[in-house]
Amino acid sequence: MPEIDNNLVRIRDLHFSRGHSKIFNGIDIDIPKGKITAIMGPSGTGKTTLLKLIGGQLKPQRGTVFFHGEDIPSMKTKKLYEVRKKMGMLFQSGALLTDMSVFDNIAFPMREHTELPEVMIRDMVLMKLQAVGLRGARDLNPSQLSGGMARRVALARAIALDPEMILYDEPFTGQDPISMGALVELIRSMNDALELTSVIVSHDIHETLAIADKIYIISQGKVVGHGSPQEMNQSDSPWINQFVHGEADGPVPFHYPACSYKDDILQGV
Amino acid sequence: MFDWFAQLGKNTIEFYARLGKEILLFIQTLLAFGPVLMRPGLITQQLYSIGVRSMLIIIVSGFFVGMVLGLQGYNTLVDFGAEESLGVVVALSLVRELGPVVTALLYAGRAGSALTAEIGLMKATEQLSGLEMMAVNPVERILAPRLFAGIISMPLLAAMFSAVGIFGGYLVGVDLLGVDEGSYWSQMQAKVDYDKDIVNGVIKSFVFGIVTTWIAVYEGYKCIPTSEGVSRATTRTVVYSALVVLGLDFLLTALML
Repeated sequence: MPEIDNNLVRIRDLHFSRGHSKIFNGIDIDIPKGKITAIMGPSGTGKTTLLKLIGGQLKPQRGTVFFHGEDIPSMKTKKLYEVRKKMGMLFQSGALLTDMSVFDNIAFPMREHTELPEVMIRDMVLMKLQAVGLRGARDLNPSQLSGGMARRVALARAIALDPEMILYDEPFTGQDPISMGALVELIRSMNDALELTSVIVSHDIHETLAIADKIYIISQGKVVGHGSPQEMNQSDSPWINQFVHGEADGPVPFHYPACSYKDDILQGV
Repeated sequence: MFDWFAQLGKNTIEFYARLGKEILLFIQTLLAFGPVLMRPGLITQQLYSIGVRSMLIIIVSGFFVGMVLGLQGYNTLVDFGAEESLGVVVALSLVRELGPVVTALLYAGRAGSALTAEIGLMKATEQLSGLEMMAVNPVERILAPRLFAGIISMPLLAAMFSAVGIFGGYLVGVDLLGVDEGSYWSQMQAKVDYDKDIVNGVIKSFVFGIVTTWIAVYEGYKCIPTSEGVSRATTRTVVYSALVVLGLDFLLTALML
């Protein structure tokens, strides 16, 4: 299929289920080039699964995920690994290799995929570390880093090969206000300076609304709304309202499905 | 009735699908030996953590097993006036059976469980996913060097176990119980056949190396990525390895006798 307009990723009619539970039931998402797109939704809606589908780590039962006009699920392993060099992913846990220092973690993708001399790798690693403000922490081990630092190191590693797109899995979860601010700033400035395309999966409303150009809200396997942050704020859809304003009950029920409360209580009598 | 049949069919298909996937992963790992051999650094690192770090337990155990063999062998042989054959008894028991088998069991407990836990935790902390997303194939980067190192380490460890065991038997038999030193060594030299005994032992430990290391890396790679999942996978590694080693030992002995 030819590449259409300026979307880097085009997801169409995506169906994915795990066992008997349906996670996506026909979702369509467009991720525009050079912008920050946020995928939001309550916990357990499969936001991380969506990133894994984009990265080709999972295969959908139906539907397509086009990256640069090529369908990721139908790619052969070798081609998929080639395509992944154009993607960076920031995992929620950082996913740093624990048997290597910070420096080696960032040098890792360069050493694996390029033939660059060690001197040049050193310079590039220091540049990436400088970008995330951790040049001084190069000799530390991942176990010596705080959560926020680990995520910044992971971010430096994600941009090591100068990818076209970065996938962020819950970048703001569990961050103190200072590292949160630093991360928000980093994601925005890196996206603009390096002309990246960013996909953020998150449920932190304020931070995400502050930096995203486009937002998709997913709930119960469907896209329940999408648009710019302003449109989301002003939307009158009950789904979007409940999510954006953090109401405990609404279209997304507070209670996990169960039989009637009265029947349940009386059964024990 | 039909439900029962349907369920049986479903389980059978699932079983074979899983078996197929496992075999496919094994073949992929073997195919990855090529690229791994181009990067010997990855293998030496694993040889150190799998092989060298298992040496202590193997040497100490081999020594004690050899001493016990010396004691038990002497007590039985002396009744027939055949205590000069002690060297043969100790060497044959070690080279043909105890060396490969006990080494494999100890290896599964020391290195196998560590491999499963390491790979399982890498999965739980998303390091394997991270490698995939960095376009680095975990089968090539993680599984293949470990399997290769395991296959090389096992025969070497088993040889060490037997050698130290023979020395343990010597200490007890010759130094302690007074068996003639000359007969201990010369009978051993005369009766232990290179092709029949030593090569068979090496083949066994080579096979055990493949099986136990594969069980360990596979269990880690496929485990449920939670603390309970890793703990179960580690237990399975030790239990399956022990059972498979003992079962295969019987099979190989029957085939090679």
